[in-house]
Amino acid sequence: MPSSWNSFPKYKEGGSLSALLSSSPTSGVMLVKICMTNCPTLIVTVGLPARGKTYISKKLTRYLNWIGVPTKEFNVGQYRRKCVKTYKSFEFFRPDNEEGLKIRRQCALAALGDVQRYLRDEGGQVAVFDATNTTRERRGTIMSFAQQNGYKVFFVESVCEDPDVIAENIVQVKLSSPDYIHCDTDKAVEDFMKRIKCYENSYEPLDEILDGGLSFIKIMDVGRRYLVNRVQDHIQSRIVYYLMNIHITPRSIYLCRHGESDLNVKGRIGGDSGLSVRGKEFAECLGKFIRDQSINELKVWTSQMKRTIQTAEALSVPYEQWKALNEIDAGVCEEMTYEEIQENYPLEFALRDQDKYRYRYPKGESYEDLVQRLEPVIMELERQENVLVICHQAVMRCLLAYFLDKPAEELPYLKCPLHTVLKLTPVAYGCKIEYISLNVEAVDTHRAKPEVGTFRVSSGMLNLSWCLQIKKMSSRPLVVDLCHY
Amino acid sequence: AIFGCSTLKQVCMTNCPTLIVTVGLPARGKTYISKKLTRYLNWIGVPTKEFNVGQYRRDCVKIYKSFEFFRPDNEEGLKIRKQCASAALNDVQQYLGEEGGQVAVFDATNTTRERRETIVRFAEQNGYKVFFVESVCEDPDVIAENIVQVKLGSPDYTDCNTDEAIEDFMKRIKCYENSYQTLDEDLDRELSFIKIIDVGRRYLVNRVLDHIQSRIVYYLMNIHITPRSIYLCRHGESDLNVKGRIGGDSGLSLRGKEFARYLAKFIQDQNIKDLKVWTSQMKRTIQTAEALSVPYEQWKALNEIDAGVCEEMMYEEIQENYPLEFALRDQDKYRYRYPKGESYEDLVQRLEPVIMELERQENVLVICHQAVMRCLLAYFLDKSADELPYLKCPLHTVLKLTPVAYGCKVESISLNVDAVNTHRDKPENVNIHRSSEDALQTVPPHL
Repeated sequence: MPSSWNSFPKYKEGGSLSALLSSSPTSGVMLVKICMTNCPTLIVTVGLPARGKTYISKKLTRYLNWIGVPTKEFNVGQYRRKCVKTYKSFEFFRPDNEEGLKIRRQCALAALGDVQRYLRDEGGQVAVFDATNTTRERRGTIMSFAQQNGYKVFFVESVCEDPDVIAENIVQVKLSSPDYIHCDTDKAVEDFMKRIKCYENSYEPLDEILDGGLSFIKIMDVGRRYLVNRVQDHIQSRIVYYLMNIHITPRSIYLCRHGESDLNVKGRIGGDSGLSVRGKEFAECLGKFIRDQSINELKVWTSQMKRTIQTAEALSVPYEQWKALNEIDAGVCEEMTYEEIQENYPLEFALRDQDKYRYRYPKGESYEDLVQRLEPVIMELERQENVLVICHQAVMRCLLAYFLDKPAEELPYLKCPLHTVLKLTPVAYGCKIEYISLNVEAVDTHRAKPEVGTFRVSSGMLNLSWCLQIKKMSSRPLVVDLCHY
Repeated sequence: AIFGCSTLKQVCMTNCPTLIVTVGLPARGKTYISKKLTRYLNWIGVPTKEFNVGQYRRDCVKIYKSFEFFRPDNEEGLKIRKQCASAALNDVQQYLGEEGGQVAVFDATNTTRERRETIVRFAEQNGYKVFFVESVCEDPDVIAENIVQVKLGSPDYTDCNTDEAIEDFMKRIKCYENSYQTLDEDLDRELSFIKIIDVGRRYLVNRVLDHIQSRIVYYLMNIHITPRSIYLCRHGESDLNVKGRIGGDSGLSLRGKEFARYLAKFIQDQNIKDLKVWTSQMKRTIQTAEALSVPYEQWKALNEIDAGVCEEMMYEEIQENYPLEFALRDQDKYRYRYPKGESYEDLVQRLEPVIMELERQENVLVICHQAVMRCLLAYFLDKSADELPYLKCPLHTVLKLTPVAYGCKVESISLNVDAVNTHRDKPENVNIHRSSEDALQTVPPHL
């Protein structure tokens, strides 16, 4: 076994996104580490209140974590709320309020302290420092902090003067903020507008000449225009691409699986079978549901497998087929029942339960591989407006995890039953989700995580070194149950 | 299409063709960008063609005399240049309207607002979306290097000596400077454009309308002109190679291991600055990289084409078990998808992030596989989909690609370790009813 299979190569600055692989002798369990660059990245937001900084911070954090880059956001406003238990009024933010300034500075420092801890001790790769950072002086402080710690800095500024956009922002996320819980709408809006005014006089936007040495993206008018300066590396290039593809136009994304298939009914995984009778009924119901919803310019996407295509056919609308939406490839286990997998590949079956996200079927794929191949789908979903995606169980779990910010451990166990449509509508900082069952019976294909990590092995298959390998990779106790077949 | 051979395009770009229009003074890299962008778009499957107005001018005015032709007060010159622009736009119309083109790149200086308005009107009449790509640069070193790389060798200066050529060209640039109206974020706020400043130090992006424009912007923001070389090679000869079997995940044969050692020595001798090494996640490329004793990254995207039900078969076995599939593959090797496997077309799609990262990087050695290497090579050498699956990528040979002028210089370096030949040419008879003998006519010898 080549030595590098257990070691992680070292990289100079500017490394790229790819999976480092450390594999066991069988092709089963893979330990995967995504290596971006040795240098952590500090993303710093810039902008007046109500310009979407927190929206961008949270969304970017969610995206980076989904593609496997450990990221965390640090919202200075949150630190302020913890420190100053009750928010009284905009006066706190007045530029001549010494007490206020002192507290705000302390909060910023506290947040930076946590950033340091996250990037140094907690395995973080990217930290998003979410605050107004509207003065060159404050940004200078952050730059020094970053230099001392060896972080790369990337600024994300949002500039917007459209009163409608700002008003909508206030309605969506400020009115319900803890700061305004006890206020009526008009008072809250009035106070918040005064709060914005407190920052306006001292606001120094990023300038292409004066700040020509910094790395940043300036987003103008919610994405109408962008100024991008000095992109240093791969992760910054990805961040820029992502930010340039997102929008805030209201829309909904509908996710569902194909109708029940013949292989579903037999309890077999994978394959490329057609719809069962109930599956066809679901397709008809889906057609009716879509028509009743009267969705503006709905795009319909399917995979390139029979069962999703047959489902879309029943809608009698144009649809696009994406190979990237094909179900997870179960390799040697394709078209098997779980019982057959247990019988033929008991070790593989157990390893999968140990780490369902990273486990790759022999000659097949892992959920982690799926996320990588679904990334262009997510990017295009971000660009689009109303879309219905007819896909598969594992694929739908990956997409859902992206929208609902579910971590890798939960992703492979998300519930995505057949014949149920999930309607996702972005709202505030997240997604509203509606489960709509179309009331057509189907088998349940969900397999929950078993309680204990056991695997049954015949005496002839017992291999001590394999057991030790599993034990090393497992964080949970391993119970080996020997059966003599 | 549900099975096998044909595939529908993954993402519908847009029904509306796109007209990309370059903007900028001479020697700002407009043609470099146009050609590169065209190459990239064609490779990812978007039919694209560039229309260089300077070419039209050279076809019209057979002999270039001097910069005087470009003087803003040269009525004759202006007339000819306007005609050439019109002729080019006519050809654009033909390409997008009748020849199945999706994107046309109109490569000219287009430095005045007036000229750009003419083009926008033309596009509106024809239902094209317009996207401007402006290159702004005042760095004299960059401009000088540009002139050396592509102007001195131009047909315009074939009979001049270097100093004369440079002097004339600088005067040519001057002819445009006074009337140059750069894209402005206020005055041109309704237009869709990217302004590239100082060879990518800074970008201004305005009103990206759709997916294709978003991809173009992403691509343009990832390319650079820093000199570097890309080394492509396959893994050392594998055990399955020796047996004449395709696919699988076998280890290196003895000769393959020898190649790996020779590769290590070759790399050392080349003394390449900051070389990155990439492999696939298959044993044979990993074992090859191991011999180099340098850090390397494994990409699943670099794995060999999945031959589905034909994995680990010999061509003789494929002919015996799947004669129909075998013939269909020979009919359209690029689009043909092995049952439960992949097509070259699928490969290109999964290699796109690799290409994007190769553009961002500098010196890289990619140790991959035959079909994968063909796809990457086709990108760098601008080979069509028909040629791609038949590009010669022999074992134990390193291809060194160095960007130069508007293309790539290729050096083929054989490391002098014997290996089987795995290249199967397209047979004469691709009919589904052909005999076994005809089908196996071009199979290379094996054990």
